[in-house]
Amino acid sequence: MSDQPQFTVKVDQNKYLPVGGREVHAIVSVESSGGARAGGAAAEAAEVIIIDTSGSMSYPDSKLQAAIEAAQVAVDTLRDGVHFAVIAGSNDAKLVYPGGPPLVRADAATRRKARVALARLQAGGGTAIGSWLRLADELFDAHQDGIRHAILLTDGMNQHETPDQLDAVLQRCSGRFVCDCRGVGTNWEVAELRKIASALLGSVDIVADPADLVADFQAMTEAAMGKAVADVMLRVWTPKTAAVKFVKQVMPSVEDLTGRRVEAAPQAGDYPIGAWGAESRDYHVCVEVPPAAVGTELRAAWIKLVLPGTADRAEQVLATGNVLAQWTDDEAQSTKINPRVAHYTGQAELAQAIQEGLAAREAGDLDTATARLARAVRLADEAGNDAITSMLRKVVDVVDPATGTVRLRKNVDKADVMSLDTRSTKTVRTRRGEG
Amino acid sequence: MTGDRGTAEAVELGCPACREVVYPGEEFCEACGQRLDPHSGSAPVRLRRCTGCAATTIDADGYCEHCGLRQPADRDHVEVELPDGAAAGVSDRGLRYSRNEDALAIAPWRGGVAVVVCDGVGSSPRPEDASEAAAETAVASLVAALDDGTDAESAMRTAIARAGDAVAALAGSPNEAPSCTLVATVVAPGAVTVGWVGDSRAYWLAASAGGSRRLTDDDSWAAAMVAEGALTEAEAEAHPNAHVITAWLGADAEDIAPHVRTHPVEGPGAVVVCSDGLWNYLPEPEQLTDVLTAASGAPPQAVPPLEAAGLLVRHALDAGGRDNVTVAVVPVPQAPAAQDAPCANSSVPPTTEQPR
Ligand SMILES: [Zn+2]
Ligand SMILES: [Zn+2]
Repeated sequence: MSDQPQFTVKVDQNKYLPVGGREVHAIVSVESSGGARAGGAAAEAAEVIIIDTSGSMSYPDSKLQAAIEAAQVAVDTLRDGVHFAVIAGSNDAKLVYPGGPPLVRADAATRRKARVALARLQAGGGTAIGSWLRLADELFDAHQDGIRHAILLTDGMNQHETPDQLDAVLQRCSGRFVCDCRGVGTNWEVAELRKIASALLGSVDIVADPADLVADFQAMTEAAMGKAVADVMLRVWTPKTAAVKFVKQVMPSVEDLTGRRVEAAPQAGDYPIGAWGAESRDYHVCVEVPPAAVGTELRAAWIKLVLPGTADRAEQVLATGNVLAQWTDDEAQSTKINPRVAHYTGQAELAQAIQEGLAAREAGDLDTATARLARAVRLADEAGNDAITSMLRKVVDVVDPATGTVRLRKNVDKADVMSLDTRSTKTVRTRRGEG
Repeated sequence: MTGDRGTAEAVELGCPACREVVYPGEEFCEACGQRLDPHSGSAPVRLRRCTGCAATTIDADGYCEHCGLRQPADRDHVEVELPDGAAAGVSDRGLRYSRNEDALAIAPWRGGVAVVVCDGVGSSPRPEDASEAAAETAVASLVAALDDGTDAESAMRTAIARAGDAVAALAGSPNEAPSCTLVATVVAPGAVTVGWVGDSRAYWLAASAGGSRRLTDDDSWAAAMVAEGALTEAEAEAHPNAHVITAWLGADAEDIAPHVRTHPVEGPGAVVVCSDGLWNYLPEPEQLTDVLTAASGAPPQAVPPLEAAGLLVRHALDAGGRDNVTVAVVPVPQAPAAQDAPCANSSVPPTTEQPR
């Protein structure tokens, strides 16, 4: 067996509930300490790079040129032995390199050929992202035991297939590979790309200036090459009489996983959390338990990090943690909200306030937009999320920080609005000056 | 309530693989087919049932895999009873703390009963280890010395010194010193010898009105203020420092100066030995008697001791259970006309106290 990274699970919570209390909250921190590469063989990996070559990519022409250069750098960043392909997407999907399936292993020769093929790309046609993903999925088919990662770049809306068509593809691809999505320019739709990234457990971001694509693609590919295990599951066991209320990733970004549950064992469900390298992520788990007598202590949830079994490997439990509940009549104990639970609850609300505020602004409901964005300004400040604070200040003027009064700015750059929307779910781990 | 404790509960056996109930003579588990061979690793295992839902799925961490309930740890709730109702005690974690740092030890000696209650000092490391070491060491030392014919007060001083050494030995350094209180009683015909360090207490509950009294004086800030005349008892008790103890067993304790006293007792009555988890709620001996009489309709010495200790613990839990609570009860019958086990310390003077 190849050596895997070491995983740890840490649970942060206030286990005390008041008399009659039924909601248990905990922050579950999962950390993986690399280690896979040291001496051992690198994990089997497959990478598919998808770039939009629809007609709009040539307005201006520098957009396609930047996308080609970025894809070339990504190919150069692949380590030897990784299976890869490059797809050009428009009304349908075409293999740029290799000429046909299957994926090829990266080496000096194949990387060079891919670069040459990329340089010949021309823009033309429409946008049907579902068809691009479907081809990627077929290519990954033979590699389901290893790390599967895709990069998707688009500059427009998914106009040449129906939302139902896209949804069907997302359902099919979910769990089959991880896909990081990037929107270049400002003519794409944030909600649409977020939906794709979210379904495929990847990140979403805006690259407003095509010149920034190269650095971004390089960073994404490096991160993908750092993954050591794929398809990790967060398994949540709950007592017979309890129910999971929600499971959310809250760090590095807010992502509701509640609906992703797959029943795994009696009283236990698996939440897919994708591929892992050396990194750490936090999850907010909320369980509803039936109230019990003062003094009673319960395991409200048993968290297990699980690597599902395959044909030649048994299921592995990588780490475990307990979420507890204990009822007390001491209000000093039960009313103390765990600071990390509060911190991440605030940031989840922050993402929601921004998205609702921007949607209202778009719809011309300026009162709601002002109120929601004012709330967002206050939450971002409380959380110490400086990146979001500075993005918010490009969309609103803060009239009075004390009362949280804001005014919508006029003549806002569209890229600034889209950046705020896209990055609204990005969280910070601690407040300013802490830890 | 009789002496056959521990056997009332039938031992249930289960499959080592799936924990389904199995019966003697079965060669295979009916649920999963596991071979049941008492002479190999696949012998049936003793089943533990969840105290909440009775499922047999208790995992290694002590949680029920069905309802999640944390099963009582060994020390969360302890009941001890000597044969023939000679003495009994109950120690309980209470409702506020996640573990029981009190310890209880009761043992018979040839002239009566020895009881030790210790309360781990919460601000010290591993207080539960301190109280356990102190209680076990003290009761063993008492019984050995008393059975050898040593007088009760000498036996008491030796026992407390040894308990102090045992607790001090747990310390990694003087800054990392587990510590605890201790109260010990030797009940002999006609006399009760008490020894203590800290604020755990002993009481005499007399059947006759007015005869009840506390047998110990706390080593606490409140008691010291009252003794100096600086504060009234009510003022001292209301002070935040009231329960700060001024003496304890532990490597960080100054010279341990146990109080040792012998009280002549005229039965019938009962000796109650307890930690502050009880007396915080019931400081006066008459209150203890009232709780026992109200619940059982009998005078203290007539309530079976395990029941009596259980009633007092229950009272503390019902009142809030803010601390670990430990209570031992030794009934003292009407002074017997003919006692054929002559007691080594039957001629001790009425009340003595000799620090050190
Ligand atoms: Zn079985
Ligand atoms: Zn249970």
